[in-house]
Amino acid sequence: MKLDSKIPDGPLAEKWTKHKFNLKLVNPANKRKYEVIVVGTGLAGASAAASLGELGYNVKAFCFQDSPRRAHSIAAQGGINAAKNYQNDGDSIHRLFYDTIKGGDYRAREGNVYRLAEVSVDIIDQCVAQGVPFAREYGGLLANRSFGGAQVSRTFYARGQTGQQLLLGAYSALNRQIANGKVKMYSRTEMLDVVVVDGKARGIITRDLITGKIESHSAHAVLLCTGGYGNVFYLSTNAKGSNVTAAWRAHKKGALFGNPCFTQIHPTCIPVSGDHQSKLTLMSESLRNDGRVWVPKVAHKGLKAKDAQSIPEADRDYFLERKYPSFGNLVPRDVASRNAKMMCDEGRGVGPTGLAVFLDFSDAIKRDGRKTIESKYGNLFDMYKQITGDNPYEMPMMIYPAVHYTMGGLWVDYNLSTNIPGLYALGEANFSDHGANRLGASALMQGLADGYFVIPYTLGDYLANIGWNDKVGTDHPAFKEAMDAVNARVNKLLSIKGKKTVDEFHRELGLTMWEYCGMSRNEAGLKIAKKKIQDLKAEFWQNVDVLGSANELNMELEKAGRVADFIELGELMVDDALARAESCGGHFREESQTPEGEALRKDDEYAFVSAWEYKGENQPEELHKEELKFENVKLTQRSYK
Amino acid sequence: MKLTLKVWRQKNKEAKGEFKTYQADHVSTDMSFLEMLDVLNTSLIKKGEDPIHFDHDCREGICGMCSLYINGHPHGPLQTTTCQLHMRTFKDGETITIEPWRAGAFPVIKDLVVDRTAFDRIQQAGGYVSVNTGGVPDANVIPIPKKVADEAFDAAACIGCGACVAACKNASAMLFVSAKVSQFALLPQGHAERKERVEKMVAQMDAEGFGSCTNTKACEAECPKGISVTNIARMNREYLSAMFTNYKVEVGGGGD
Repeated sequence: MKLDSKIPDGPLAEKWTKHKFNLKLVNPANKRKYEVIVVGTGLAGASAAASLGELGYNVKAFCFQDSPRRAHSIAAQGGINAAKNYQNDGDSIHRLFYDTIKGGDYRAREGNVYRLAEVSVDIIDQCVAQGVPFAREYGGLLANRSFGGAQVSRTFYARGQTGQQLLLGAYSALNRQIANGKVKMYSRTEMLDVVVVDGKARGIITRDLITGKIESHSAHAVLLCTGGYGNVFYLSTNAKGSNVTAAWRAHKKGALFGNPCFTQIHPTCIPVSGDHQSKLTLMSESLRNDGRVWVPKVAHKGLKAKDAQSIPEADRDYFLERKYPSFGNLVPRDVASRNAKMMCDEGRGVGPTGLAVFLDFSDAIKRDGRKTIESKYGNLFDMYKQITGDNPYEMPMMIYPAVHYTMGGLWVDYNLSTNIPGLYALGEANFSDHGANRLGASALMQGLADGYFVIPYTLGDYLANIGWNDKVGTDHPAFKEAMDAVNARVNKLLSIKGKKTVDEFHRELGLTMWEYCGMSRNEAGLKIAKKKIQDLKAEFWQNVDVLGSANELNMELEKAGRVADFIELGELMVDDALARAESCGGHFREESQTPEGEALRKDDEYAFVSAWEYKGENQPEELHKEELKFENVKLTQRSYK
Repeated sequence: MKLTLKVWRQKNKEAKGEFKTYQADHVSTDMSFLEMLDVLNTSLIKKGEDPIHFDHDCREGICGMCSLYINGHPHGPLQTTTCQLHMRTFKDGETITIEPWRAGAFPVIKDLVVDRTAFDRIQQAGGYVSVNTGGVPDANVIPIPKKVADEAFDAAACIGCGACVAACKNASAMLFVSAKVSQFALLPQGHAERKERVEKMVAQMDAEGFGSCTNTKACEAECPKGISVTNIARMNREYLSAMFTNYKVEVGGGGD
């Protein structure tokens, strides 16, 4: 299989403009003859569905939650990047492009990333026009902050709830199209398969989560905007419902999966408190702008936050400031996470489990006053207090890294098309723009870029080329066949009646993934993980216990299907991590590090995108490599010293 | 901690529901309320009993999906979402009563899960600024005083959970609707459509069967995001002003 990224020729800054001109258009009067399916209503899905509806296409949108407004984009706290250079501090499209490519450790495509930086400025305009209440200065203009390792202030924010406000903006645009009749919304409906006929995506199979009814939907194109797969680790900052099922079903129907092992571990999360833990809570990394990260110089077992003051200044190790003087506490996420783990591995971690480091605001409060800190982080401090019972105005927070985002996802070309014509992947569901590590405040940017400003152009080209007659109805045997397969799987899950709950399997998978395919990975461990996951898969299909029936609201059944897919994905992640014997971004292979213990990339061997092809049940997947070409940036080893 | 839980169980929309009593014997004070229910559900599954269904998703207090009417309060005794309520709030040996949101416009789907799509339909009636993607002015063209932007944000922080409706003896949705009306009435971007917007949203709210507001302020007291009842006052002003101007716009049409 030849992977064609379809990056347009020409100078970097002109590629997108030129490409847009070369794309075919659909006549306004003909747009209503096309149907498009959008799965997922987060930033990517809601913005795509709304924009396509505005253009005149007939859209069907699906989400598993009770309302499109619940999608997990809503939980993004910190902000959204845009190369507006409103602060006159030297930002530009090229600088945002450069920072993103470098931050991704040179494992993303130049062309994609440049386009992302280019359309970032339009996103802010769009959101403001929708009535998104961004933070403003006293003069009434938009406020910016520096975020997550950036040396310019290009992050736009709405207190600590930027994702919420952007999603509600996209949701409002979506609602307008629902009211106009251009989008038909299906909430509490889960996609369980994609239907491919004659090599093209023709529709999907869904389950109505309230009645259990399995249904077919056909369309000219299917857009998967279904988010990331961080919940493969069981504990993550993702919502409980976030899952890989839509993307995994597409993968099993032939869509390649790109860089599955690229996982982002976020440094500032609230540590695990016990076995009952159901998810981890992120504290926005904007906290690192004012908070200082430290552990005691010598181990103090079980040191509590309220006793932190007993450690004199001279006995504290502000390890990020010490090791990375020029970036200090603002080093990228992967570096901050790995260093926190190293401190805990050395035994200098704090808190009852020893798996935490301090994030201390006392200096910032002394410097700026409590009021200023409260206005910046008030809601985050409140949230922290609610969960832990500790008051961060009076004592340091305790934080530990947690799985947060997955850079990997379905392989797509420059047009956001998977290798199956008519099947697209947008937002976190695709692999495309963040390389091996995503910079802070870039996820919101990418989701909205894909939905508002990329897909409306590139999808039009595909639809114009195939023509509106090129559609397969739900009466086609392929739909019946796919529905039968979905029904059979549902019934199989209900018929096993084993001894272990779905959550028990999920937890076990998560522990294996975190231990062997988490913040640092090595060959021996990955091989152990592969065996464990294979055994877990075999056991799952013999010993899972799913109560209830198929024809009702049955949340255990929903979870069971998702966990079954996570188990298969877990194995592929391990395969991918094994195949990439270099360290890059969030993927740290212990065999590949510098003498100082920093990640060592191997550009001669691994400057490629891994794109995995499904080859059948229990068969090894085939690795295809898309070589990455860098014509505009020089590959350097990242240094934040 | 040991707790006694009285939980509303209802097989489906049509079925008659009833309270069932469960014992939760190993509850840690660090658990969230939903984690306590997770643990209970695991024990129910092990006994072959249908687990308790409840809505939840982000578990960090922002998606608005979790609900639960706990000991007579939406989201329980604290002014927070249920997912952010921790068991340290309760006392050992306590009996906790857990019900779904109770409102005619929020029918029960199963156990503690209710149908809140009425909220979506109200937003569809007018909770937006009519701009298409692209072709909008630069974001800094219209300065908005910080105070106004902050006030709009305060209103926009609504998570659409429905606690205001559950708290209200009339099951009124005024706080929810007024939050969106206020956000757009405050911001210049929302001004062009402010009159039609409030008329349409209020009409839809009434059509969904939500009750009237009698100013008890229970909604504000229970709102996990602290949405203020001043929004209701603002919406009333907006509505009156729209009525007096009798501002109606025909939808549709275009160039020739």
